Amino acid sequence: MSDKAAQHIELRNVSAYYGAKQVLENVTFSVPRFSVLGVIGPANSGKTTMLKTINRTLDFISGARFTGEVQIDGQDVAKIRNPNELRRRIGMVFPLPVGLPMTIYENVAFAPRRMGITGKADLDEIVERCLRQSVLWDEVKDRLELLGTRLSGGQQQRLTLARALSLSPEILCLDEFSIAIDPVTTMRIEDVLRELRKTMTIVLVTNLVQQARRLADNTLFLWQGKIVELSPTDVAFSEDPKDRRTYDYVNGIFG
Amino acid sequence: MAAPASARKRRSFNLFDSIEKPVEWLIRLCGWSSILGIAAIFAFILKEAAPMVPNLDWIHFFTSPRWIPNPATGNEASFGALALLVGTFTTTGIALVIAVPVGLGAAVYISEFAKGKVKETLKIVIELLAAIPSIVWGFIGLMVLGPLVKGVFTAEPGSLWSKVMVTLHLASSDIGASQGTNLLTGGIILALMSVPLIVSLSEDALRAVPDSFREAALALGANPWETVRRVLFPAARNGLLAACMLGMGRAVGETMAVLLATGHSNRIPAALTDPVRTMTATIAAEMGETVHGDDHYRVLFILGIVLFVITCGINVASDLIVKGVKKGNKA
Amino acid sequence: MSSTAVSTESGATNPFAPTAYESRRSSAAIRNKWIMFGFCMILVIPLLGILIDIFWKAWPVLSLDYLWENPSNKGKEGGLWAPLVGTFYLVIGSLLFVAPIGILAAIYLNEYAKEGWMNRTISITVTTLAGVPSIVHGLFGLGAFVLVMLPALSQATGTKWEAGLLTASLTIAVMNLPVIITSTREALGAVPHAFREACWNLGASRWQTIRTIVLPNSLSGILTGIILTVSRAAGETAPILFTGATFFKFVADGGMAKLFPYTPAEPFMAMSMHLNIISNQISQMPEKMKYGSAAVLIGLILFVNSFAIVLRVWLRGRKRW
Repeated sequence: MSDKAAQHIELRNVSAYYGAKQVLENVTFSVPRFSVLGVIGPANSGKTTMLKTINRTLDFISGARFTGEVQIDGQDVAKIRNPNELRRRIGMVFPLPVGLPMTIYENVAFAPRRMGITGKADLDEIVERCLRQSVLWDEVKDRLELLGTRLSGGQQQRLTLARALSLSPEILCLDEFSIAIDPVTTMRIEDVLRELRKTMTIVLVTNLVQQARRLADNTLFLWQGKIVELSPTDVAFSEDPKDRRTYDYVNGIFG
Repeated sequence: MAAPASARKRRSFNLFDSIEKPVEWLIRLCGWSSILGIAAIFAFILKEAAPMVPNLDWIHFFTSPRWIPNPATGNEASFGALALLVGTFTTTGIALVIAVPVGLGAAVYISEFAKGKVKETLKIVIELLAAIPSIVWGFIGLMVLGPLVKGVFTAEPGSLWSKVMVTLHLASSDIGASQGTNLLTGGIILALMSVPLIVSLSEDALRAVPDSFREAALALGANPWETVRRVLFPAARNGLLAACMLGMGRAVGETMAVLLATGHSNRIPAALTDPVRTMTATIAAEMGETVHGDDHYRVLFILGIVLFVITCGINVASDLIVKGVKKGNKA
Repeated sequence: MSSTAVSTESGATNPFAPTAYESRRSSAAIRNKWIMFGFCMILVIPLLGILIDIFWKAWPVLSLDYLWENPSNKGKEGGLWAPLVGTFYLVIGSLLFVAPIGILAAIYLNEYAKEGWMNRTISITVTTLAGVPSIVHGLFGLGAFVLVMLPALSQATGTKWEAGLLTASLTIAVMNLPVIITSTREALGAVPHAFREACWNLGASRWQTIRTIVLPNSLSGILTGIILTVSRAAGETAPILFTGATFFKFVADGGMAKLFPYTPAEPFMAMSMHLNIISNQISQMPEKMKYGSAAVLIGLILFVNSFAIVLRVWLRGRKRW
């Protein structure tokens, strides 16, 4: 139902609060369609909170609220009557891998089932497609009835990615996805992201600065809830970014 | 490049989503159930007691032991509940004297010393003990413990045991206990009923103490008992106190066990083996004899209110004590 | 923890040997440990003794016929069928009321209103409700259900409703509400929050998440709570004294009426009430009948509770995360 607005995601003067504590201050940026935005910054900068404002999972935290405008495809998310619908259009991967306590098959089929898709052929097709996309298919194709919680950390993270892809979202958000998994799996998922960027917009929050450098078209540097830098990646990582602090952070001088 | 059509097939999910609101309201309503429950209990008991409230001589109620709700014709009824109050608190007192040390000791043993199968078995035993219904405890008091107590506290008049019993107020007459169902029997039964509660709550309190405390004590060379006494008890103090208070609350509120095990006497006990009557047993025993709406009936409801207030008070106090822990730990 | 003082062969003393002070405290520690073990035995041994005594004295009457026959001659002869079936229906009746409300209330507390003053208030009322003496519950049942609800019901339906299974079930349900709420809450709380977040981020609503992930994975705890309520409903006497339980009621000896002997609108017999009355209110009651009633009630309760324990152990082995 999108109006095909120019920018896929747009935040204007967004401030977020947990109770009285402010965690985001006047954040403004936009993400073009089918591009990758890398978000870097030290802990407690508000990166996760920002992701939660985009898919309105901030609603689930009591005492949390945000001001300003968040627009997806030109549509103000605060005004959407059914936020569940919004969340189905946005895939989310968290830092800690989560396998739901059901079979691998059911893990990936979970979201489509809630949408009313029950035909076995349909579900089979979705499960295989998503597991292939997240490079997990070959490892689990013979044991799809295995409990999702019994997989290794790296496998569970790929399973989370498969779940996130199961409804063919237009936007994929990843929140420090590589924190709890091994470097090999990280590399494989990064390859997957390079493929996925052709068909979806990606917001990649990462603690690994070089990951942003490898994957992102544009880089956003958040520090203590405020934007320090927002520029194309090659500018942000150059000798001469818009803000001096970006250079310092990227080169490990502080953080 | 669009995803295959099947993934795009979105049935009218408004059905699934629109059920959310009504379900949430139903759940919210049920959430209120316990508030409604407590309020209703208080309201309905007050409703039945209310007409008597202004007419009752409250000073007499709390200070006189003369409980004569059905006097012979011509005489006035007397609602002095002192003997009942004393009955409730003496049985509870004896119960606590036994139950607190035994309960805490057992909890400490199970929590800190018992291992593996022994621990599992003990915990199961405690659980089963807790499950025994109060009427069965009353039966045990009446049929098993009572005769035992009577047997112990019987003596020839003039014998040494007889003299000891009378001087120490263990019995009121020189032949010993007049009946097996009395204050002591009731107290012991109440103790056996309260111990499982005290044990499980104390166990929880001890388990909540972080292992780092135990390890630190061990590293300092303390033996297990010293660890318990000097480290765990102070750390779990509030939880343990709350456990004992809730055990007390249970004893105060117990009905059927004391009904059967304490005898039928409405007098303030003078000795350990005198029969007594608690407030709870009085309500249970006498309600059937009242006429709906008469004074006796309403005074029994007033007793109910007194019980309700006392047990609520104990609960609130123990809750505050536990909250005191949370604040203390944050500091 | 105490090591014995050892002299090495060369005669030098062991620096780790305990001092006299330590030895004393060590033995005191061991002594205290055995005292506390003794406390445990104070509980276990009398309990075993009492149980053995009761079953021993009840032995002459215990048989399957005893359970199937109705009591006769004011309980001095016959069996326990009428009270047993009455207790059965009381349990079912109270469960019908308390389980849905209690489970939903726990869902509200743990899933919808996890923080804030609402949660605190409800929690306080739950613990307060749990502490209300059983006789006060009986008074409440009398004042609310028997005296107010029944007349209204009689008027509305045109038939005479008496204190019976309906009022007693409601009273027991109110009494057991805190048990269900607390055990369900614990069960819900044991489900990791990460599962919920994963579902929310996939576009599942709160209720969908609860229905598909949280509830199915809390079943063991919820079942335990339900079994506990069954046990309490079967054993409690005080709440049903004035709300419908009776000692002697004529009940059919055969046919369908034997399986469904009571309507909700008339007094019924129950095991706990039965034991209460025959203990000391009927003259010349044979001892074995008293012990028989006690033994069956104890057996019933222990059976139900053992079931809960076994269920817990079995479900623990089937953990899915």
